[in-house]
Amino acid sequence: MATLGELERTVMNLLWECGAAMTANSLRDQLAAQGQDGASGKELAVTTVLTVLSRLEKKNLVERERENRPHRYRALTTRADHTAELMHEVLGSVQDREAVLTRFIGSVSETEAETLRKLLGGTSA
Amino acid sequence: MSAVPLLLAALAVLLAWPVPVLLSRSQWPVRSPFTAMVLWQAIALAGGLSMIGALLVYGLAPLGGSLLQSSSELWHIVMENRPAESLGLLHVFALSSAGLLGTHLVFTLLLTYVRIQRQRRHHRSRLDLLSLPSAASPGTLVINHPVPVAYCLPGGGRAVTVLSDGLLNLLSPDELNAVMAHERAHLGQRHHLLLWTFAAWRSALPWLPTSQLALAAVNSLVEMLADDAALVRIDRESLVKAIAIVASGQAPPSADARDDVHNLPNTSALARDPDSAPEIESTAGRLRRLLNPQKPLSATARYAALAGSAALILAPAVLLLTPGLW
Repeated sequence: MATLGELERTVMNLLWECGAAMTANSLRDQLAAQGQDGASGKELAVTTVLTVLSRLEKKNLVERERENRPHRYRALTTRADHTAELMHEVLGSVQDREAVLTRFIGSVSETEAETLRKLLGGTSA
Repeated sequence: MSAVPLLLAALAVLLAWPVPVLLSRSQWPVRSPFTAMVLWQAIALAGGLSMIGALLVYGLAPLGGSLLQSSSELWHIVMENRPAESLGLLHVFALSSAGLLGTHLVFTLLLTYVRIQRQRRHHRSRLDLLSLPSAASPGTLVINHPVPVAYCLPGGGRAVTVLSDGLLNLLSPDELNAVMAHERAHLGQRHHLLLWTFAAWRSALPWLPTSQLALAAVNSLVEMLADDAALVRIDRESLVKAIAIVASGQAPPSADARDDVHNLPNTSALARDPDSAPEIESTAGRLRRLLNPQKPLSATARYAALAGSAALILAPAVLLLTPGLW
């Protein structure tokens, strides 16, 4: 059985790709089509999908449209926006970033980039 | 008045300014980064101890000749609500300052820890949605982004190394191994704990030269230590190439490199924030060190530096604790 975390990722990817609002039922069908119903061959329950959706709603990642039943769910931000924010946390200057995550290469300023080019001369790059 | 508070104050001043300035300007730390790291920790610890110790000893001195005797006397004065006629205003002020400074340092340390943990959790939940576990190596996540980045996110058993598609596309297997060895060394040697304590030290006393110099030094020293650990497993050339490729992929492009073969999106908008702190330029230093390897310090010099570090920490402790000294 896929973990809740993995299901969250798959559900978000489906919502991002679809770009429109989807019901829990249609999400479940698409998950089943992708083979996300686990090794036991047991069908993924709609309640599991609803659990995942309410977790995503709490995390402010999806929005529920309550006008009609069944409720439809929609991604609040695009995948690109989300990736941009992730990369900002990695590359941008956030407080104590070096203590939060340690990068292979720190931010390279323009003067330092010039020094690097000089250092490397003909050796590589 | 005894000389102890003056000695402690003198030590605090030395460790707050001239000593860290000298150390940050010296050339030998690139040769023996581990020794330099120990010395920076000793400077920070001894600096804090002597700062608080000087105030404490000065404040308590009228109450007795040792830490134990005078603090138990203070305890009685406070508990029995006696007028502290033996303690002048200046001494009370020094005591309060010692208490405030100590509390401030401990609280900042804890607050920084909480903030770092929260940022890591937040980043991790975002990451879990946007990344896929690498099929090739355990504990590794791959994010879909063209800019070449590699980083590690500490977190006990859930620590991960994160690589971008852009990095995987640009690097050869050997260069990728170099990057992985470097990142694993950060995690294995628990560098995040060092960076946490020195980041807290900087937040607590941002106006103190030593706290900024120490953070900058520790930032570059952990990179050198991770490079050295990586060199045990991989060859120097792969590491140099990996650094060059990743740095040029992340750097703002130069005028003549705009139509670079890699054709990477410009990340300078991402990399620069108007209100950001000045970045520490450690990449050029790392490359210089890898391209022109220097002999490590002699064993004698290293032992001398380690003995000096021990003496630095012991000095304020001895001045504070030896009975009859003040």
